Amino acid sequence: MAEKSLAKEFSKGIIKENPVLRLVLGTCPTLAVTTSLSSAIGMGIAATLVLACSNVVISMLRKVIPQKVRIPAYIVVIASFVTIIQMLVKAFVPFLDAQLGVYLPLIVVNCIILGRAEAFAGKNPVLASLFDGLGMGIGFTAALMCMGIIREVLGAGVIDLTSYVEGLKFEIPFLKENPLLIFILPPGGFFVFGILMAVVNAFAQKKGKPKAELACTGCPMKDNCNKVCAEKESEI
Amino acid sequence: MKILFSILLTGILTENFVLAQFLGICPFLGVSKKLNTAMGMSVAVIFVMAVSTAVCYPINQFVLGQKYAYLQTIVFILVIAALVQLVEILLKKYIPSLYNALGIYLPLITTNCAVLGVVLLNVSQGYNFMESMFSSLGAGVGFMVAMIMFSGVRSKIESSDVPEFLKGLPITLIAASLVSVSFMGFSGIVEGIFL
Repeated sequence: MAEKSLAKEFSKGIIKENPVLRLVLGTCPTLAVTTSLSSAIGMGIAATLVLACSNVVISMLRKVIPQKVRIPAYIVVIASFVTIIQMLVKAFVPFLDAQLGVYLPLIVVNCIILGRAEAFAGKNPVLASLFDGLGMGIGFTAALMCMGIIREVLGAGVIDLTSYVEGLKFEIPFLKENPLLIFILPPGGFFVFGILMAVVNAFAQKKGKPKAELACTGCPMKDNCNKVCAEKESEI
Repeated sequence: MKILFSILLTGILTENFVLAQFLGICPFLGVSKKLNTAMGMSVAVIFVMAVSTAVCYPINQFVLGQKYAYLQTIVFILVIAALVQLVEILLKKYIPSLYNALGIYLPLITTNCAVLGVVLLNVSQGYNFMESMFSSLGAGVGFMVAMIMFSGVRSKIESSDVPEFLKGLPITLIAASLVSVSFMGFSGIVEGIFL
């Protein structure tokens, strides 16, 4: 495979096919762990590692796994890597384990990872899948960081990365004294995500691309629920 | 008895799974357009949550225990996936009327983070069997309440004049944010009733 197309597999996940902002996958962690920048970064890195590793293994096994049981097989591979990451995080970065809580094991059901396994790694060679996984993971991390920065700045008036780098903490003068608390509460998550989607959609429309929609096209499980999808597609 | 009801009400109102903990957002945004699909999906979720909790609790207590606690994630997701398949087959064969109502929603639920989430949360909270069952019932009913409320809000949005740049997903998310604000009004209510 030529270098050029590898670079393409890598870069498409970051902007053009950003999993969160364009394909609208993985909305649960996007809303749940973005109350601060540091937990957003932690979640992004953990998911990227799982995504890259599971993409490589699934791509290696793509000719061995029978077509009919591929989804359960993918889930086993993904769950194994999530367990490994969970143990590593618990051992070496305990503060992240406390911050992410139940959302760390829930990476298993993050539909970005199953989605890439189904749409890409199950059909493509190992190296391309690795780059696809890394690119998608970085795109996911970037989207989480966007949300994290907006919510932490508006909701708490600081950007606190002291848990990663000693003394790395920025305070925003006016907002520090008068934080808009609602932005780090659950409603703020929905609101910031909605506004972010509106901005991204506006840019996409200017370039003549379709709006991002929560439709069946991006969903990894779409073959399993033909009836619901057909119903939804006809609604649109 | 008191603690069971407080767990149930916490799940429905204060710690609502969708609006406060962000679990199960995909079906919440995806199938809430019509009231009947929202109802069908929620009933299926309640059903699967109850069955998976009832099965995963003994597995965790008697098979995994403390020694193999690190296998929880992988075992639970496999048990849930297998269970959903099994339930689908059994319903199709023995209770076709229920299958017709819920059947199409069941495969959607395998990878629904709300189901795995409730099982994992029960374990991390150290609930016993009854407490686990009530907690998943609360989570399921909370999901249903959120779904039904939100499908009502969405039908209003359908007929209103939304600015062009907010059309589609953005306005849906902002509406969800407002529904979530309304649920914040319940904070502290459970402690108020039971203490």
